[in-house]
Amino acid sequence: MAGFIFRRILWAIPTLIVVSFISFVIIQLPPGDYVTAYAAQLRHSGDYISLEQEALLRAQMGLNDPMIVQYWRWITNIVLYGNFGHSLEWNAPVSSLIWDRLGLTLAISTLSMLFTWAIAIPVGVYAATRQYSVLDYVFTIFGFLGKGVPDFLLALILMWMAFAWLNMDVGGLLSPRYQNAPWTIDKVINLLSHLWIPVVVLATGGAAGLLRVMRANMLDELGKPYVETAYAQGLSERQVVWGYPVRVALNPFISTVGWALPALFSGDVITAVVLNLPTTGPLLLQALKMQDMYLAGSFILILSVFTVIGTLISDILLAWSDPRIRYS
Amino acid sequence: MAVDPIGIPVKSSREEELYTAKPWTLIWWRFRQHKLAVASLIFLVLTCLSALFADFISPYTPGSIDRLNTFAPPRAIRVIHDGQLRMPFIYALARTRDADTARVTYEEDTSRPIAVHLLVRGERYRLLGLFETDLHLFGVDDPRQRINLLGTDALGRDMFTRLLYGGRITLSAGLIGVAFSFILGLALGAISGYYGGWLDVGIQRLMEFIRSVPTIPLWMGLAAALPIVWDPLFVYVLITIILSLIGWTHLARVVRGRFFSLKTEDYVLAARLSGASEYRIVTKHMLPAMTSYIIAAMTLAVPEMILGETALSFLGLGLRPPVVSWGVLLQDAQNLRSISLAPWLLSPGVAVVLVVLAFNFLGDGLRDAADPYGR
Repeated sequence: MAGFIFRRILWAIPTLIVVSFISFVIIQLPPGDYVTAYAAQLRHSGDYISLEQEALLRAQMGLNDPMIVQYWRWITNIVLYGNFGHSLEWNAPVSSLIWDRLGLTLAISTLSMLFTWAIAIPVGVYAATRQYSVLDYVFTIFGFLGKGVPDFLLALILMWMAFAWLNMDVGGLLSPRYQNAPWTIDKVINLLSHLWIPVVVLATGGAAGLLRVMRANMLDELGKPYVETAYAQGLSERQVVWGYPVRVALNPFISTVGWALPALFSGDVITAVVLNLPTTGPLLLQALKMQDMYLAGSFILILSVFTVIGTLISDILLAWSDPRIRYS
Repeated sequence: MAVDPIGIPVKSSREEELYTAKPWTLIWWRFRQHKLAVASLIFLVLTCLSALFADFISPYTPGSIDRLNTFAPPRAIRVIHDGQLRMPFIYALARTRDADTARVTYEEDTSRPIAVHLLVRGERYRLLGLFETDLHLFGVDDPRQRINLLGTDALGRDMFTRLLYGGRITLSAGLIGVAFSFILGLALGAISGYYGGWLDVGIQRLMEFIRSVPTIPLWMGLAAALPIVWDPLFVYVLITIILSLIGWTHLARVVRGRFFSLKTEDYVLAARLSGASEYRIVTKHMLPAMTSYIIAAMTLAVPEMILGETALSFLGLGLRPPVVSWGVLLQDAQNLRSISLAPWLLSPGVAVVLVVLAFNFLGDGLRDAADPYGR
């Protein structure tokens, strides 16, 4: 097991390097560089710098160096000093902007992942054990709808319904009057009343897919002889179903935990923009639109690193739950 | 059981048909049983046709602005007036202003029916870009009234017209994107599955890597890097390429898996022993055996492309106005105010959901039918 984990972590390192390189290339892709953007910003505020000054700045910041040298400087700054560069638009170090937003993204993503599982596993098991029942069809329709409805559309519709019918104020994470208030019971309730929409939106997409997988796996397992044996031993249905086939059917689930994480991050970006959440999504979008490339690149880098780590965790979990993978 | 002239009993015709049927016939029979998939196929064909002939079917052109008809609600085509059946008509719409809020409101004038005609003259356009005409499938004669089946947007443009034109861009982006990723996926998947070894390991690593990058942020990063000044049509091609650069991995996995399982089949070995070239083995013997799987996988890949395009355009990073796509149209429905004022602005979203679902059902049906000898 230790050997497997070690090998798997070794594999993750080149992936991380390539991911960071691609993030850097994305930073460099738009025409112009930091100095052009800086000069434009100065011109905007009525100030200006001459072409010579621009050239001097470029030389000072090493923007004339080959790309690989610049990449090396960027990545060593991040790895050694945690310095992600400077955001032009916010005029602040990138690291001061991103960490609390990332924390919130991670919190919402984790919450919706738990919610996804809380829906998908019991419902999948139910749909498989009561195949072709009315509820099975209902869940099937739900599964297809969840796959077909884009996240942002679901967010829009839920927002509209909550606004028009339930008369709730939606969007953001807190109502304005609680924004700077100390933490009280009321504030927590207010937070929860805002939180359910993003969690439901993010969980629905994921649950729809996982539900189908769970149902199919369960149907495969339920027909096997060991299930019949267990019944013949006189175990109750609950003991049989949850004790044996569910455990086997969960295997593909574990292997998709890693995929679920990037999907949640991706879904979060759009949902957060629609719902105006203070997570990474809107900031990333804004950074991309303003070509604030250090901020955008750092976001892409950090999200990708989380994804790679998520994949790593799910691989390790899978190996832990299924010995066949460990020894292959 | 029938007996033929020489006296040998022949099997009943149905069974005989089953034995002599070609694989594609069997696939068609299997597919036909999947009612939902057949319905989806019909729906998609109709959708594609109406997108293709959007300029003829739509009563107006997507850019035609009507200042006196902003946020007009959808109009129903009716057939009963004063309790009597008559030719299809719509009621005239009277525009008034709310005295308190100064908001424009519309009211149907049930005393003024306006007949809907087939094949009316209207704005000029070039049909399929070939010949110029001003003939539209349907419309109304009254110069002051408009027929807006799905209402109008903030500039008084007809949503139904824009929906059809948007379908052109969105659907073709999906299909072209899948074509791109098909080429990539087929080539790399075939190499990976056929040769195996270090090539396989390398390509597998590449696929794993691409899948481990969060899609939307990467799409956004690449799409944001496209300069705004470029021609919208060129941007459209680039966006589809960006979408397919990430989407090909799924297809490659299917192709690789099929190649792995087919490689050890007896007939492939036989072809190899009789001296067929590698190119011939792959194209003549192996590819035909997996065509149905590839078609199914491609069908299932289309909705992802469509959702990707819609999401990017919705965020303002993909296609931009004046190009009309479903994602671009949904930009207008981004905030609560406009949705509660004009819920019909969400109709492109409904179109996206229907098309995505139809492609999913069709893909499921094709996947089930892909192996007609399975059950």
